[in-house]
Amino acid sequence: MSQKNSVERGPLFFRDRDWHPAAYTPGYKTSITRAPFKPLVALSSTLSEETGPAFGHEMLGELDNNLILNFTGQPAVGERIIMHGRVLDESGRGVPGVLVEIWQANAGGRYRHKKDGYLAPLDPNFSGCGRTISGPDGSYEFLTIRPGAYPWPNHVNNWRPMHIHISVFGSGFGQRLITQMYFEGDPLIAKCPIVNTIGQQKAVEALVAPLDMNRAIPMDCLAYKFDIVLRGRRQSVFENRKEGM
Amino acid sequence: MQKLDYLKESPSQTAGPYVHIGLTPNKLGNVGIYPRDLGESPVSEGAQGERIVIVGTVRDGAGMILRDALIESWQADAQGLFSSNDPRGGADPKVSGWARIIADFDTGEWTLKTIKPGRVPFHDGRLMAPHISLWLVARGINLGLQTRIYFEDEENESCPVLQRIEHRERVKTLIAKKTGEGAYRFDVVLQGENETVFFDL
Repeated sequence: MSQKNSVERGPLFFRDRDWHPAAYTPGYKTSITRAPFKPLVALSSTLSEETGPAFGHEMLGELDNNLILNFTGQPAVGERIIMHGRVLDESGRGVPGVLVEIWQANAGGRYRHKKDGYLAPLDPNFSGCGRTISGPDGSYEFLTIRPGAYPWPNHVNNWRPMHIHISVFGSGFGQRLITQMYFEGDPLIAKCPIVNTIGQQKAVEALVAPLDMNRAIPMDCLAYKFDIVLRGRRQSVFENRKEGM
Repeated sequence: MQKLDYLKESPSQTAGPYVHIGLTPNKLGNVGIYPRDLGESPVSEGAQGERIVIVGTVRDGAGMILRDALIESWQADAQGLFSSNDPRGGADPKVSGWARIIADFDTGEWTLKTIKPGRVPFHDGRLMAPHISLWLVARGINLGLQTRIYFEDEENESCPVLQRIEHRERVKTLIAKKTGEGAYRFDVVLQGENETVFFDL
């Protein structure tokens, strides 16, 4: 289905689990009962993690990456932005042909989900759902509105910073990742228990998208840049593998 | 000294309670954006192999069944070949191998209809027992959990991955129970007694 499949075959780089959030992060209350207490069983990736589903451009609709128009065809209300960047691996190479899916609240911080009862109203023209496939250099872009902050029942007065959820595939199932993009300068970032599940400040900064005036379109929309980095793959010719595996 | 110029993987964050908006909008009821949700079935009509149905739940450390869990599965075809990126080439074209499953909004039960996969080789050529890889996300889970479904009516003793589990009594948490012809049950326990084995693979 795509060219990537002929080259991306090596074992996956090990995950740095001190860089990622730990499972048990009591400031984020729901993690307390949903964190495994026993250690993970660790071993090198196998074919089951080094292979993964492929997605073709032919599955995409014309407006799939345009959240301003893809629900009713009428424009959503809010601050118009381009969200763009590249999907890279830890070796710095662009990862082409991978599915990037996003979801978010509307400009008032309200999600189109039956479990969200926040009093801010729904926007009849905004669903908050988009997807695209990365280009030959790993690049992707969405047109959307900047989501609002919203309150959530954790501590008494917790508010999520403005954020967009991102789901991304690599060339192997072991690279599967979901994360969240935050916006430069948002004072709620430092106060958020979910952001603070991440222990290292440098890792938090990797999720904050800078304003990108060079990609803004005058009199139309602003832009934010967000690169996504997936686990890399080893390429040693000395791997202890039998022929044809 | 020269610098190692690797990038760091983007840190994970929870999928949150509203993951369905982005990943299964039609099942949520937000229809009209995509013609259908992705990953509805890992196999299409005419796929070779034994048809099986796996039913399960995901429970937290307080014994509560999660109703906001999302699971993706990835598996080989009946011959043990993967549909893409497999250096050995050509899998059954009727087996995509990938599915996206959500817990029922009311009961929390999930169902995977597929075929039983064949054996796939480990690094050294030994065969792993038939298994389906799972990746599980939900509110409260900061980094997607990796586990595997094995089958109680298969020979699992020789699987080099299962052999790596030091606490032998925990192996059973990865073995789906046969409940009927082609029917299995696989319950995931996130924490506590009978906690499911999760992998760092």
